[in-house]
Amino acid sequence: MTGSSAPDLPPPDPPDPSGSPAPPRAADAVTGLSGLIARRRVLVCCGAGGVGKTTVAAGLGVAAAAAGRRAVVVTIDPARRLADAIGIPELGNQPAEVFRPAGSGGVLAAMMLDTKATFDGVVNRFAASPAQAEAIIANPFYRNVSTTLSGTQDYMAAEKLLDLHDSGLWDLIVVDTPPTRDALAFLEAPRLLTRLLDNPVYQMVTAPGRGALRLVGAAARTVLRRLSKVVGATVVDDAVAFFRGFEGMEQGFRNRAGRALALLGGPGASFVLVASARPDALDEASWFADRAAGAGFAIDAVVVNRVSPSTRLSPAEAGELAGRLAGTDLAGPARALAELAAAGAGEQARISALAGLSAAGPVTEVPQLPSGVSDLAGLQEVAGHLTARP
Amino acid sequence: MLIVAGKGGTGKTALAAACATAAARLGRSALLVEVGGRSAAASMLGIEAVGYEPAAARLDLAGDLRVRSIAPDQALIEWLGRHGFERIVKRMARSGLLEVIATATPGIKDLLVLGRIRNLEESDAAEVIVIDAPASGQAVGLLRAPATIAAAARAGVLHHQARAALDMLGDARRCRVMLVTVAEETPVNELIETAFAVEEEAGVALAPVVVNATLDEIAGLGADVDSAEAAAGLTAAERADLRAAAGLRSARWAGQEDCIAELARRLPLPQIRLPRLLAAELGPAEADLLADALVAGIEDLPETAVP
Repeated sequence: MTGSSAPDLPPPDPPDPSGSPAPPRAADAVTGLSGLIARRRVLVCCGAGGVGKTTVAAGLGVAAAAAGRRAVVVTIDPARRLADAIGIPELGNQPAEVFRPAGSGGVLAAMMLDTKATFDGVVNRFAASPAQAEAIIANPFYRNVSTTLSGTQDYMAAEKLLDLHDSGLWDLIVVDTPPTRDALAFLEAPRLLTRLLDNPVYQMVTAPGRGALRLVGAAARTVLRRLSKVVGATVVDDAVAFFRGFEGMEQGFRNRAGRALALLGGPGASFVLVASARPDALDEASWFADRAAGAGFAIDAVVVNRVSPSTRLSPAEAGELAGRLAGTDLAGPARALAELAAAGAGEQARISALAGLSAAGPVTEVPQLPSGVSDLAGLQEVAGHLTARP
Repeated sequence: MLIVAGKGGTGKTALAAACATAAARLGRSALLVEVGGRSAAASMLGIEAVGYEPAAARLDLAGDLRVRSIAPDQALIEWLGRHGFERIVKRMARSGLLEVIATATPGIKDLLVLGRIRNLEESDAAEVIVIDAPASGQAVGLLRAPATIAAAARAGVLHHQARAALDMLGDARRCRVMLVTVAEETPVNELIETAFAVEEEAGVALAPVVVNATLDEIAGLGADVDSAEAAAGLTAAERADLRAAAGLRSARWAGQEDCIAELARRLPLPQIRLPRLLAAELGPAEADLLADALVAGIEDLPETAVP
């Protein structure tokens, strides 16, 4: 796979892959979610779990396809009904077509990230020989890294993103990130392995001329021996074997991590913060946006999902009406209205506060759909709200 | 000891705070332990922040309510410090070696956190200990860690730690897991998966499940707004709002009841419902409200279900 078909591809060998997170992007002409959907190469949906991030990611993909783009949505762990809606049951670690909107020329594909298979793919790519790849993939320490190490899912989502980008087959890649409390986890993810490779065990066992453990320095040997006593000898041996087996592949991994970071921090990528309208979720989104600003990267759009529909009556009027209708045959609907108006007013106040944060982009609201999103029609409705003019 | 676990956004911390509050209101000594030190429970207990030292909270209750946190990283650092690395453990943390150890031994931090909790339990730090566990996926990892490590390390200090943790987790008189969800599809599915993982893979007994943030039923929502007696004199805007609000509320109620019925069908555990709170900020008043609902919910349970 080469990136020659992509004009805005980051350079394959950035000089310093361990630099700080993406610098703030220069302001450009693309504004609003419709603009991002039409112009970006990459949209990263971030936000807490349980806010409907996958639904929004799929909705963005539907909108892009309707606008004539070839879009692919990378999901992590979709809800069953949504998975059915976008045809996930048949999907593996490669994109499969979901639908082609008539007449637009666009296409929507979706895939579900398989973290371990993706990681194995990177190892195969950089191993000098099939034997080296095999030795690493069979190593227990590698199994831990590729399945349970925190951050691996983010790392592999970034890796898959780069892979899809390099394929040149897609105009837009929408990535649904794993639930995280940390806005920066996804940007940090490509450095996961290089961070491990920077640690002293790796340096000890792979230092030039010291290929074997018996040749490492006396001090290091003492530490490793003592560690063996505490956590078990096999554990230490496996880790040492993993790091030794990695020799020669390190630079490939570092370069690739650097390219993933450059793609995520480059002008073709935008971050979309997804929040639900619940009080705690909106507070969390504000915290998220603040933290992103503190780290110097911009959120280009905010989507607030499942917003209560607005009422014509104000909360005070609805409350007054509920008082007036108490005990009548409309007491039930009046109570429902008072509840809805009060909830809606609270949501709107918090959405305004979120919109006022300098680090957050314009806020797009997606109303609560009465029966949830369970099919393509539901996703098209979401897409309609995502691209609606304010 | 009660371990409260659930998907993010289901109100796990609020429930843990309510459990501890309920115990303290009944005059017992309660200790709330946050794993990971996120301090999320602080505002509900009327204190500034949660630290590693137990801090007294809510002095207005009959019993004693204290709160503290346990940080997994810190647990590993201290444990290594006690096992021959006291002089270099800080350097190991700085150089990233701790990360390698944690990766090489999946579950070691979880096991050490459980070790801390076990110390609290065995030293009778409080009559009721409530653990605000990490989000459900990680909570299963936490509970599974002793079995994983006991199988991998067949002897030595870690094996001993793991056996002791297994004894504690497997004893339903000492320890139960309370799972919490909201009445929505994804969290309910996740709760069911977690329930089976907790009981079958980790061997920990389950307490009743809690369905949080439930709506109450509003009677008469189906009334026809246009032909109702009370409709006379209502403006068109009022009627339209009433129709829309009643329709939406009916759909939400029906969706909630479907979810709860599905949960009952797939998971044969008693359920406790807690109400949806309207307050934007959860404070001691909300902890009291939830504690009331929790106690009422427990009293309503069939007798056989009460541990």
